[in-house]
Amino acid sequence: MKIWVYAEQKADGLASVVAELLGEAGRLAQRNDEIGAVLIGNEVEGMAQEAISLGADRVYVAYDNNLKIYNNETYSRIFEYLVRREEPDIVLVGATSTGGDLAPTLAARLGTGLAAHCVELEINDDGNLVQIVPSFGGKVMAEILCPAHRPQMATIKPGVFEPSARKSIGSGEVVSVDVGEVLRNYQPQIEALEVHYRPPSGKPLEQAEVVVAGGWGIGCQEDWQLIEDLATVLDGAIGCTRPAVDEGWAAGEHMMIGTSGKTIKPKVYIGIGISGATHHLCGMKDAGTIISINKDSKATIFDMSDFKVVADFRKIVPLLIQKLQVN
Amino acid sequence: MTLNIAVCIKPVPDPDYYDKIQIHPKSKTLVREGIPTILNPVDKNAIEAGLQLKERFDGKVDLFSMAPPTAVEIIRQGLAMGADAAYLLSDRAFAGADTLATSYVLSLGLRKAGQYDLVLLGNESADGSTGQVPAQVGELLGFAHLTNVEEIEVETNMTAHVKTKTENGFIVYEIKLPAVLGVARTLNKPRYTSITGIMAVHKKPITTWGARDLEADPAKIGLMGSPTQPGEIFVPDINREGEELTGTPEEIADAIIKHLRAAGITLVEGSNAS
Repeated sequence: MKIWVYAEQKADGLASVVAELLGEAGRLAQRNDEIGAVLIGNEVEGMAQEAISLGADRVYVAYDNNLKIYNNETYSRIFEYLVRREEPDIVLVGATSTGGDLAPTLAARLGTGLAAHCVELEINDDGNLVQIVPSFGGKVMAEILCPAHRPQMATIKPGVFEPSARKSIGSGEVVSVDVGEVLRNYQPQIEALEVHYRPPSGKPLEQAEVVVAGGWGIGCQEDWQLIEDLATVLDGAIGCTRPAVDEGWAAGEHMMIGTSGKTIKPKVYIGIGISGATHHLCGMKDAGTIISINKDSKATIFDMSDFKVVADFRKIVPLLIQKLQVN
Repeated sequence: MTLNIAVCIKPVPDPDYYDKIQIHPKSKTLVREGIPTILNPVDKNAIEAGLQLKERFDGKVDLFSMAPPTAVEIIRQGLAMGADAAYLLSDRAFAGADTLATSYVLSLGLRKAGQYDLVLLGNESADGSTGQVPAQVGELLGFAHLTNVEEIEVETNMTAHVKTKTENGFIVYEIKLPAVLGVARTLNKPRYTSITGIMAVHKKPITTWGARDLEADPAKIGLMGSPTQPGEIFVPDINREGEELTGTPEEIADAIIKHLRAAGITLVEGSNAS
């Protein structure tokens, strides 16, 4: 069996989700299975070794000046060409903004199935991939199979699977792909003009040991500062729910946790003024320790908290900050 | 220049009620009784974008939905916002469709209804949240497509400059029309429905087409025509045996600090620590 991973790149190397996809591919692979990685872009050759050190047996590298910025027209055509040539059984793609665009494009071009935002993958007795996906904001989990079509395709959010351990010396083959023919054989409709990268301020949510998240119950911008201050003294990251973004308290959607945001597994999650909408819980349910502060004793989030504080956060959080502050 | 715009919309169970969804213990099917159906929230942004473009360029905004007949109520909400006409693609044979089979039916409806310069969709639905349909409708129509769209600038030469959001920034594309765009909530603020808008709804045509009207290939529609097949469904148990922290705010804060430590967090406590 061939298990492939889309080796998405960022400005400074492979996207973090690639290590996680390769980790999962390694877990699924049996003795004679081959793990492939598909690397598309410009000046990506160096990343091929990185993919090998993360467990890829073979890396297909397609590079060209025209591939510098992600463009679904070019990327999907190259990927499609490779899939038709090499016939992988499984293709795993990160559910990032670009991966989430590339995967359905590719699946439609191939006429195959695609399971979105998988949280668990297994090979069943028939050799088919069983994909567990959330629906209704994660309230319901469903098994998805793609029995009659190949490849079986899945997207996976960053932070869901364990990254593979990096090997010091990887043994893998780099296969360079001639993209000239693929890129010449169609009428381009989309031109990627420019890419803007805004480095995130503060600690990235996915990497923080402590996440302090605030929701609708925070009530105003002034009190939102308490969330930020607590995150700072804990050397943690700030998370939020949809209302905190809509109200403009949180800096943006990149801080959102849940179905339409990030999936996190910090050692400690502290939820403040968050009632526990299904969409949010789906993104933080696997945190090590969950601490919730809410004045509504009936808040849903309490049902899944290790420690519950039924109180006005304005009475507790300033004290916490004070006690944790370095004077 | 006139711009003919189609907006694909979806009725979804109201996300505020998702914690009420259960699975029937015997039939193992979803129980969603008492959960209201609403217009998928981000679809309103797609309609809004269509209406704004129509106001600037002239043309029309037509709605498309693959849904059961009851979706008429939801379609009327879109018409009340200001869309001109609607097409309900409805047939028992469409049931159980995955994103590819859904996109196939939508693409047939769009083709049959006329020529559109721009097809807009909400980037994802609240219920399935796959975000796959915009790109797949684009592929099946043979139109260029982009998703995560947070800015659309249509130029008079039938191209558009489109900004799509990424994790840490954005990408700007130039895309030739006809095109399919999956729009994000950050694109605009949907208008409120006016009384005049509501009054005008009954004059607006809603056309219903089934599989036969669309001359759909039976092998590509519904559950049978879907490459992905559903297996078991279950409600994961995410509840924890929780402990309530009580006492004075001071005692509660100390207890939280104690539990942070126990969880393996290194804390730097100031001189105020008790």
